[in-house]
Amino acid sequence: MKTIQTDRLTRTFDKGKVTALQEVSFAVEKGEIFGLIGPDGAGKTTLIRILASLILPDSGSASLAGFDPVRDYARVRQIIGYMPGRFSLYQDLSVQENLRFFATVFKADLETNYPLIKDLYDQLAPFKNRRAGQLSGGMKQKLALCCALVHEPEILLLDEPTTGVDPVSRREFWDMLIRLKARGITILVSTPYMDEATLCDRIALIQKGTILETGTPAEIPRRLSRPVYAASAGDMYLLLRAVRDYPETHSCYTFGESHHVQLKSGSPQDLLDFLGGRIPGPVALDQIEPGIEDVFMDKMTSRT
Amino acid sequence: MTIKEFKHVLRDPRSLFFLLAQPVMLMLLFGFALSNEVKESRVAIIDQARDEETKKLTDRLDQSEYFDVMGHYADPSVVPALFEKGAARLAIVFPPHFANDLEHLNAGQIQVLADASDPNTAAIATSYASAIFGAYQDELLGLMKLPYKINIETRMLYNPQLVSAFSFVPGVMTLILTILCTMMTSVAIVREKELGTLEVLLASPMHPMQIVVSKAVPYLVLAMIDVAVILLLAVYVLGVPIRGSLFLLMAENTLYISNTLALGLLVSTITEKQQVAMFVSLVGFMLPALLFSGFMFPIENMPWPLQWISHAVPTRWYYRIVNAIMIKGLGLASIWKETLILAVMTLGLLVLAVKKFKVRLL
Repeated sequence: MKTIQTDRLTRTFDKGKVTALQEVSFAVEKGEIFGLIGPDGAGKTTLIRILASLILPDSGSASLAGFDPVRDYARVRQIIGYMPGRFSLYQDLSVQENLRFFATVFKADLETNYPLIKDLYDQLAPFKNRRAGQLSGGMKQKLALCCALVHEPEILLLDEPTTGVDPVSRREFWDMLIRLKARGITILVSTPYMDEATLCDRIALIQKGTILETGTPAEIPRRLSRPVYAASAGDMYLLLRAVRDYPETHSCYTFGESHHVQLKSGSPQDLLDFLGGRIPGPVALDQIEPGIEDVFMDKMTSRT
Repeated sequence: MTIKEFKHVLRDPRSLFFLLAQPVMLMLLFGFALSNEVKESRVAIIDQARDEETKKLTDRLDQSEYFDVMGHYADPSVVPALFEKGAARLAIVFPPHFANDLEHLNAGQIQVLADASDPNTAAIATSYASAIFGAYQDELLGLMKLPYKINIETRMLYNPQLVSAFSFVPGVMTLILTILCTMMTSVAIVREKELGTLEVLLASPMHPMQIVVSKAVPYLVLAMIDVAVILLLAVYVLGVPIRGSLFLLMAENTLYISNTLALGLLVSTITEKQQVAMFVSLVGFMLPALLFSGFMFPIENMPWPLQWISHAVPTRWYYRIVNAIMIKGLGLASIWKETLILAVMTLGLLVLAVKKFKVRLL
């Protein structure tokens, strides 16, 4: 039995006008870090809230360690640690008070479960008397994770835990998740950051309420049928317009220093020939190892 | 959980001050500043007789604490000007030969003119004046033997001096409890919704009702403190008696506090924003509580649809109960009906609130 399993979960808002989730099915194995990767508004929060038994699905079903979040919501709430996207601790209580409070709420003993949160707590210790509202973004998230862990949950549901957090803290946060995984905790984490996808064991790409792909972060890009090229030139904007004008271009998007191009057919030389007359100066076009972003762009283009 | 709620309340000194100082302020305000009694009304005397009798009557008026003679005038035509300036509230006109008429015709005429732009004050002031003249007449009559005489002996039971504090102490308790319990509890719960902390609490193993109950406890305690403060002030500062059983009074208070807490809980289940919760509590519950309790306006004078509405307002019943216990000194035997109505209402509200309370976000 899978630790988390969903079967065609569907949820609409505004009396059916907005579809947040459309028949979403996926499974998470015990003890893995499963990433929900998708842009804002893809339905990640809705999905996690349904699993956390906070929202009812319109149709479809889910199970967490065998419990249905609709019928057995009380049981589900005992085994999950949930961290909402927005910082949701008491800003007027100190770090220590927040921890103690959540330990009471979860009927847990801070001392018994201390080993689990020790790493995090050590980082927070210097600020333990500070009010939660005055912590930095990264510290807030660490405290929230601490609070979600005080009762030793089997499953962690984390909704965009690293959004708005500095890169160093993000890295530390992920190190912590990997350590928790080693303790056998199953972690479902959503993120809009593609680079965090590679830190997950498996990921699901989600967009507009549907799951596009599921698999390991390494295998998903390999499923792309077309090679991906990185293009760059002196005038990047002109290049982008010109590549998009090329009839055989499947997709072309900017990623950092270069544009990633996928071609419907033809060789890269044909594209270079097409560009020759339009772009002043040399154009570099190299085949690259595709990333998660390229899969997204491919799917987005294919759907429209 | 409850400990945390107390911390929240204590960490916010402004609202704590508001919650504790408000009853004291309201009590003192109603007790000393806002009184139904009309004292030291300025009276203009237009004495066209200038005899022994009119002088005595004028002195009587001036000596009473209710009147203050502001001037003597010869002609009644000055009265409109005095009223317009607000220089006088009342004018007494003695016609020429007042004493003579009184002695020989057995009838002395006195004209009392009042500025009725404020009808209540005018009515009260004229009644005070009539009472003073009446008392004087009784003294005169006492000297003679009359064949027939009807003696009207009026006594105001329960509150012989018509001290207004008697009526507003129950009123202020009503007000404070409505504000404190209904508004503060609903706002406290809705605040958790706004902050997103309710989301975490709901996703925890704690029973949702437990969350709500522990949020209500600090306000229950505060409400009890406020009731104690109000009663202490009432008894020791304003001299309002508690004639009935203190235990019964506190029991009824607890019942009413539960009622207002249930209302607050109900408000919190139907609103998403703190401002909305506050608005609904104030307009939806505090205003009716004020208007229909009978504390400010007698319910009997209202048109029947409003009277009918007033039956649905818990405050109406609570106000009657408190009034009966404190001022009339009645026991449970005479207020069991009101108590029963209040208890049924409370139970109904609690059931409704619990049913409406969502164990999920949406």
